[in-house]
Amino acid sequence: MDLNSQEFYGGGLKEGEVSTGTTIMAVAYDGGVIMGADSRVSTGTYIANRVSDKVSHLHDKIFMCRSGSAADTQAVSDYVRHYLGSHAIEVGKPPLVKTAANLAKRICYTNKEQLLAGVIVAGHDDADGGSVYVIPLGGARPRPPFAFSARARRRRRRRAAAGTCLKVPFAIGGSGSTYIYGHVDHTYKPNMSLAECKVFVKEAVTRAMCRDGSSGGIIRLVCINADGVEREYHTI
Amino acid sequence: MAALDLDVATLKPVETGGFDFGMTARNEQIAAAAGGRPMPQPMSTGTTICGMVYDGGIVLGADTRATAGSEVADKNCEKIHYLAPNIYCCGAGTAADTEKTTELIASQLELLRLSTGTQSRVVAAVTLLKRMLFKYQGHIGAALVLGGVDCTGPGLYQIYPHGSTSKLPYVTMGSGSLAAMSVFETEYKDGMDEAGAVALVKNAIRAGIFNDLGSGSNVDVTIIRAGGASEVIRGYETPNDTAPLRAAYARPKALIPPAAATAVLSTVVSVSDADAMEL
Repeated sequence: MDLNSQEFYGGGLKEGEVSTGTTIMAVAYDGGVIMGADSRVSTGTYIANRVSDKVSHLHDKIFMCRSGSAADTQAVSDYVRHYLGSHAIEVGKPPLVKTAANLAKRICYTNKEQLLAGVIVAGHDDADGGSVYVIPLGGARPRPPFAFSARARRRRRRRAAAGTCLKVPFAIGGSGSTYIYGHVDHTYKPNMSLAECKVFVKEAVTRAMCRDGSSGGIIRLVCINADGVEREYHTI
Repeated sequence: MAALDLDVATLKPVETGGFDFGMTARNEQIAAAAGGRPMPQPMSTGTTICGMVYDGGIVLGADTRATAGSEVADKNCEKIHYLAPNIYCCGAGTAADTEKTTELIASQLELLRLSTGTQSRVVAAVTLLKRMLFKYQGHIGAALVLGGVDCTGPGLYQIYPHGSTSKLPYVTMGSGSLAAMSVFETEYKDGMDEAGAVALVKNAIRAGIFNDLGSGSNVDVTIIRAGGASEVIRGYETPNDTAPLRAAYARPKALIPPAAATAVLSTVVSVSDADAMEL
């Protein structure tokens, strides 16, 4: 059963609720991360926003890709941004991506009956370099991570179920991601260069947007590394 | 342990005012038990509302029809609500909800202005609204188009009943939003002047009025100028005014009964004791 499906997850969208029927992804490359997303936001069959930004800013070098209910994920990212900002001031240095992911996971997990939020937290910090964390629907129910052996996958799943944060080399999410699992597993290479990684993300999101009715619009990319953050968008 | 001395009066619900959805589940249960008959629906503003950013500020537009089911409940209602001198908000959805939420936020913004001594910021209004709507999980049926000008320049947002928001150069909401959006998608250009913006907003609302059953009557327009006064124009255009048509229509003379055509038999008014009402 699809872990994203409504039968599996009790909550689901309420009547008339805005959803980010989405394609999102984040990939760690040699020196940083690249996050990508489409820009479509829909209410049923109507596109409420064709140029939205699903890559929300959490801190200077930490971002969140949002999928699920627009209202829920906006609320979650607002809370994480608030707590992370206070935390950064308290410790007097840039926060870790790990910390941001843990905050997001805690909020998603404690409110899992009320929320429909599947997010990817990624960014760059001096301790871990570029890193990607997945927080699927329900807060601690990871999909089998990619590029791991079956044994490692089982071990990681158990660990995540116990409440650990799931760090992955790359992650895809949203309704459009189901179309590109094969593609990304086939094309992904560890330690890509920035240019290679950009092509990988752009290609994958484009393919998902073409097949998934709820994904579309433009492709937004956010490249985060030691030098800073660069945003770009592409039309197809 | 002393016996509990319950005073019945203390068990009555505390009247605190504001929103309370504690009875929602109970009412749904009663409605289902009564053979699934639908509950009475509140008056809704089956609506066309829109807004756009132009060179020097924001233009908001709305129709003026309020409906209750298929009936027109109000032919000239006001859907552009005041939030602050530099921020206005169009409301679609449940009429009472849009009215009361905007009133509440307007008062919170005024208190904030008095406490900080600065002009209200558009993001502050949006944040207050989205937090409140998210808290009530969509039970407050307010779909809003919020526009304003502050120290950061013009800002235009759409806010959904569940509390999600987006910032865009032009937005439409309500049942006529599709008709209005088609006008924006064909005519909108970045950096339009005020006259062009007002004309475009008017045309978008007209598209809603003439092509959407839930929308109708007049076009209201509000202009919020950067570094200038806001202007609220009620009835900017009245394409459905029937007065001139009625005035132009002349009844044939033969159909107009002459004065005193009916003979007056008596002018005495009497109230019989048996059914006398207390006057």
